[in-house]
This record gives sequence, C-alpha cells and structure tokens, in this order.
Amino acid sequence: MSIDLSQFHQVFYEESYEGLDAMEQGLLEMDIEAPDDEVINTIFRAAHSIKGGSGTFGFNQVAEFTHVVETLLDEVRSGDRAMNQSIMDLLLVSVDCMRSLLQELQAGDDPDLTQAKDLKAQFEAILKGDAAPAEQAAGGDGGDITDGDAADASDGAGGQGYHIHFVPEETLLQTGNEPTRMFRQLAEVSENNIEVMASFDRMPSLTAMNPEHCYLAWDIKITKAIDRSEIDEVFEWVIDDAEVIITELGSEETVSAATDPVNTENTEPQSEVADPIVQKTDETASEDKTAVQAPVKEKAKAKAASPESSSIRVSIDKVDSLINMVGELVITQSMLGQLGQNFDISRVQRLQEGLAQLEHNTRELQESVMKIRMMPISFVFSRFPRLVRDVSRTLEKKIDLVLSGENTELDKTVMEKIGDPMVHLIRNSIDHGIEMPDVRAAAGKSETGTVELNAFHQSGNIVIEIKDDGAGLNKERIQQKAVENGLIDETTILTDEQIFDLIFQPGFSTADAVSDLSGRGVGMDVVRRNIASLNGSIEVSSETGLGSRFVIRLPLTLAILDGQLVKVGDEIFIFPLVSIVESIQMDDSSINNVGGHSDVLQLRDEYVPIVQLHELFSVNVEDTIDDDKIIVVVETDGEKIGVVVDELLGQQQVVIKSLEENFKKVEGISGATILGDGTVALIVDVSGLSKMSGTSIKQIESAHKAA
Amino acid sequence: MAKILAVDDSASMRQMVSFTLKGAGHDVIEASDGVEALKLAQGQSVDLVLSDVNMPNMDGLTLCKNLRQLATYKFTPILMLTTESAGDKKMEGKSAGATGWIVKPFNPDQLLTTIKKVLG
Repeated sequence: MSIDLSQFHQVFYEESYEGLDAMEQGLLEMDIEAPDDEVINTIFRAAHSIKGGSGTFGFNQVAEFTHVVETLLDEVRSGDRAMNQSIMDLLLVSVDCMRSLLQELQAGDDPDLTQAKDLKAQFEAILKGDAAPAEQAAGGDGGDITDGDAADASDGAGGQGYHIHFVPEETLLQTGNEPTRMFRQLAEVSENNIEVMASFDRMPSLTAMNPEHCYLAWDIKITKAIDRSEIDEVFEWVIDDAEVIITELGSEETVSAATDPVNTENTEPQSEVADPIVQKTDETASEDKTAVQAPVKEKAKAKAASPESSSIRVSIDKVDSLINMVGELVITQSMLGQLGQNFDISRVQRLQEGLAQLEHNTRELQESVMKIRMMPISFVFSRFPRLVRDVSRTLEKKIDLVLSGENTELDKTVMEKIGDPMVHLIRNSIDHGIEMPDVRAAAGKSETGTVELNAFHQSGNIVIEIKDDGAGLNKERIQQKAVENGLIDETTILTDEQIFDLIFQPGFSTADAVSDLSGRGVGMDVVRRNIASLNGSIEVSSETGLGSRFVIRLPLTLAILDGQLVKVGDEIFIFPLVSIVESIQMDDSSINNVGGHSDVLQLRDEYVPIVQLHELFSVNVEDTIDDDKIIVVVETDGEKIGVVVDELLGQQQVVIKSLEENFKKVEGISGATILGDGTVALIVDVSGLSKMSGTSIKQIESAHKAA
Repeated sequence: MAKILAVDDSASMRQMVSFTLKGAGHDVIEASDGVEALKLAQGQSVDLVLSDVNMPNMDGLTLCKNLRQLATYKFTPILMLTTESAGDKKMEGKSAGATGWIVKPFNPDQLLTTIKKVLG
C-alpha cells in the first residue's frame, strides 16, 4: 500500500511550531539552579516529537539536528547532566534554528544548514566532552535516524534450514506475546516448510499450575533456506524473555534440500517480493517530495514573508454549538416556509413570532461563528518572555515579566496585527522605562524591575495593559523635546495627560541616544496608527518614579463594527462608534472662519477643524439651514475633527465588506456594508478623513494665534 | 479487520498511523495521551494497542502497566512506538508489559508488516 505522506505535513509543521513554542517557553521559565522535572519533560517531549515526526515524514535534515538536541535534553532529564547557562543559551538558539529550518522546508526551499551544522558541532562537543553515558546515548541512538528497518541483515541465507530451540519464560504470555503467532509467522516466511514439536517437560502438576503461565517449550525445524534475519525478527521481542537457540541444519540435510526442486522455485518469487517493497518505499518517498514542494511553494509565494499558518484550531465545543445553531435555524426556516404557503392576515401574529425566532437564531449563530475566530491572547503573549529575556540581557537590566489574562480571547486577525505594536511598547518599557539595577537600588526600589502584561474583556472590547515599575515618563524632557521639534510652544501650558499624549505625535522620540532597540525610526505614532487601523485606541498614564501604564483597547473582531448611521443628502454613511467623542447641534455662533478657507468649531476651550462630509464625497445636498445640521466630533490619532452631517440615524452593528475587493480603494472610506433594506452604506475612515481635509490642530491653533 | 487503539501525543503521527491502519481496513480509536487511552480502553476491548512512549500526563510505559492490570488487556498485544533503539529502553518496555516495539521513524508499509505479527 502506498500512502502519500505529504498529506500529514501541514499538521506536522503546525504541531512542530507549537512544540518549539513550548520548548522556548519551558526554557525561559526554567530555573537553572533547580530545573523542574515536568518542565524538562515537556521540553524533551517537544524535541522528541519533532525528531520523530521529521524522521517519519522525510525531513532528515531536521531529524538529524533535533537528534543531538534531544540527546542532550535526555541527559538533562535523566539527571546525567546539570543544566547551565551555556546549555540554556544553546538550546534557545537551537529552537530558533529548528524553527527556521521548518519554515524554509514549509516554504518549499532547501534549508540553509550552516547554522544547524555549527550548532550541531557545539552539541557534539558538549556531548563528547563528557563522561561515558553521553557517548553511549549518542552512539546507541544514532542509528535510528537513517536506519529504518529493525532487522540487521548481517547474516545471509544460512544453510538450507534451521533448528530452533525455544524455551520461553513462564510469564511470556503476560506481555501479549503469543507463541502460536510466532509460529504462524515462521510458517509464513518459510512457506510452510516447518515442523513444530512441543515439549511438556516443564509442565507442573495440575494443582501447581497457573493457567496464565506458559509451561511449554518448542523445537522448531525449518527445512528451507531463508534469511537468518527473518527468524531473528520473529523472536526479536522475546529474545530477552526466552531461551532461543538457533542452529543451522546439518550439511546432509542442506544438500538434500538444495536438490529439492520445490525449494529452488521458492527462492525465486521471494526475491521478487522483496524488490517491489523497496521500490514502493522509494516511490512513496519521491512522490511526497514532489507532491509537497509544488503546492507549498505556491502557498509560500502567496503569503510571502508571513509563515503564519492559515488554518486555525477550533475546540469541538465551538463546532458543536455551531452545528446546534444551524439546526435551530433550519427549523425556523421550515416553520416560516410552511407559514408562507396559504398565508392570510390571521396568521400575522405567528409570522411575527417566527421572525423574532429567526432574529434570535441569526444573532446566536453570528456569535458562535465569531467565536470560532477567537483565540486566547496567549498566542501573542507567549513570544514576550523570550523578548524580555533577550532585551534585558543586552541592556544588562534585571526584569521580571508578569503575564495575566492569557486566556482572554480575541479575533485571530486582530491578534496577528497587535503583536508588533506590543513588541514595540514592551521594548520601550524595558529600554526607557526600567532603570539600570544600580539606579533602581539608589532610588530604594528592588533591583529587578517588573513589566506586567494583562488582558481582559470590557464592554465588548479587549483591553491590554502594559505596565512597568520604572522611572515613569519624564514630563520636562517630553515637553522640552516637543518644543525642539516644534510640536508645541514654549509657553503652552499642558495637562499631564496632554504631555503624555505628545509621545504619540509623529516625529517625536525621547531616546537620548539611538539605541540598538528602540529609536529605529518606528515611533509611538506608528504604534498608535496601527492600533487605530484596528479601530482601537491607546492611552498612557505615568507617575514619576513609579512607572508607566499603557492601555490598548481593541474591538473583539474586525468583521463587525458598532456603527453610528448618519445621513448626508440621500446617502447614509457610517462612523465607527468608538471614534465618536460627541455629537452636537450646529450653531453658527460657535463656528469661526480661520485663515479665510477653513472653518473651526469652538468646542469649549478647544478649536476643532470642521469638514463637510458632502463636500468631501461630492454628495448633492439641498441647501438647508446650517442650524438644522449636526456636527459629529470624532477623534483620530489624538486629534479631533468635527464632521458636518444632515441627520443622525440609529446605531447598529454592521458587517464590514471590503470596498477594495469589490470595487476599489476610496480615500476616506474604510469599507462598506449592506443595510437591512438592501442599500449599500459606506463606512467612514476617520483618520483618512482628517488627512483629506488637510487641516490639523496645529495649523489651526497657530492660525488662530496669529489672528 | 482488527480494532486498534493508537496513542500518540503528536497529531501528525497519530493521523499517519490512523490513516495507514484504516486504509488497511482496520478500525482505529485514537488517544492523545496515556490518560485518555486508559479511559477509552476501560470501556471496550481492542485487538492491539499502539502507543508512543513519551507523552504528557501519562507516558506509554505507565499506560502499558495500567492496561495489563485490566482483565481484558492481560494478553492484548501492546506495541510501543519508540525512537529509542537502545537496549535498556526496550527492556523497560518489556518489564512494563509491552509486547514489542516499532522503531521510529517508520513508514506505513513497515507499520503494516509489523502489526501483522501480532494480529489474529
């Protein structure tokens, strides 16, 4: 039977990546002085599975490399070797190496083995440089990667038959080994040229007999030239639990057997049997190589740099509840269908009930479907222990990372996009927030700084907190820098909140020296923009000497949006509800014209630029009195703008459809949705709107001052 | 056709084993660790158990010992899927009550040939 092994590759890759993550996590939480057995076992098992899988599925480069990793881990596990920092570092680098080998294989490339070879040499040096157990483990285990078949075919076909004296231990049956099956196998390989004689010598008296024990012994005569290894294979599993003496039959018998025509005929087909098997395995191997490479390559091209898996693991509970919902929906549908035939006005009541039922089903179904895309945030959090470890070592700071709320779920798409901004924030906390150990000690704090990550759900959003107990944001420094960069005026008096908000402004960086870690041109403005593109928000609070706290709020999903419907002319637009600060009745007295072309709204003590939605999107509107209009004040990138609309309609959840995929990208519009009556409504991209209007707070403020 | 309990914590190995055995007409029950396997085994008898050695929660050797305690599994063939070809590991398996072993990596043909030894 030929089986295409490539069908299991995707699962193998996914589980190997998971295994590597587990290894990494285990290594990071390991206490080098007193490693926890369970942690070491987990790490070992992960390496072990990757080795086993890669060997089985034909990735020998990975298997060979993983083998040395596993050997070392096995020694640690069995207590033959003490864990130390250099082994830990080597293991961590190896995790990276295995991951990249697998990624290259998955992308259909020939993996670059330079690093693997180098690391393997280091492992071998460690393993060899030590006592005998290491050698033995390495040597004893070494064969199983390349050598698949258990039989060592050292002896060729011996003589013309064998005599086998087989005396099993009485407990043989307790291991599930059944002599009759072994005889059957011998009969098979010798093509029934076999005689079996039982000996009752060991049989005790009936009263002394344990019915589950084996008291028989056998003498087996095989009168056919077969490979000695075939007999060895039959007894392979019992060789230690039995006396097995195999002798070649005498030369007289050999001669007589050789002249037997039946036997010579029989040797022929046997070699034929052997051949196709070998071919078959070859075929399987080459088949899956070609089969894998083609599709995987395509996939790799499509996804370019992102090796993220496109499949998603869903718990069976979620699927079950989904199936359940669909069942309910079908029932409601057939109920309504029946009602539709011979409908008359007397049945309106039932129709309404049916529709209410349908609404209920739809909502539940929607919730269940959304849940499928939800994954615990631990998928993102899990990469941070390594990051914190590496960064803190580079900077020679001492840092504890505390994670909580790892099981909080959020949409897979959101999760994929929130990773990078979080990395940036955590690097920042370590680089700028946490002080050097001596500085901390001098300030009366513990030498070890703490970075806390927390996630939880709050009113339909997921909230992610990044908190450190470092020096806190330096207000004077921020203000000074902002003046230098022309963001604010020297005389501007700002609240703490406004000062902290400055760090999110484009072109702002407080790092005194551009370090290895931060200050690489990616600023907090990018972080805020990325989060805003997920319809989320970020805020910061800080206290000098005590630390800073960043709070990210994100919608649970990107597929559905809480929207505010507004009317402009005959068109309906939708604002994301999160972006709306307030809506006010338009009042001419609060509108000022600045610099001759742009209107600003005086909103308490702030000036907010005003954009006319109908002008931006060329919507025909009848001239109405301004006083009837509404200004929707929205906030984006920390700036407010007032958007003039005709009318506020309802709020509702809308399903986002991509405009880009169905039409083309339109500036100022992030997507579209289909309303209940079937019309299409456009969703306003608030940050795009502020760019389009071409005005910003600063311009207006400076204009206002000049005026 | 035999009923086979396949135990492995690696989903890809489990799928490969299960696919191969089903392809050969066998009935396969899967478990991802010793604890799950033991639970499944308690409710029914099978003709063969194929188990990985290194697994979380309960490893293959412990599973083997526990299965041998069950009346219906006293003589059931139990094969360990192992990468350890070293002798002492095999002995450990034997003393836990394993019937034999299949050395990883193996291909589907090798798997089928080996299980033929203990079925029927």
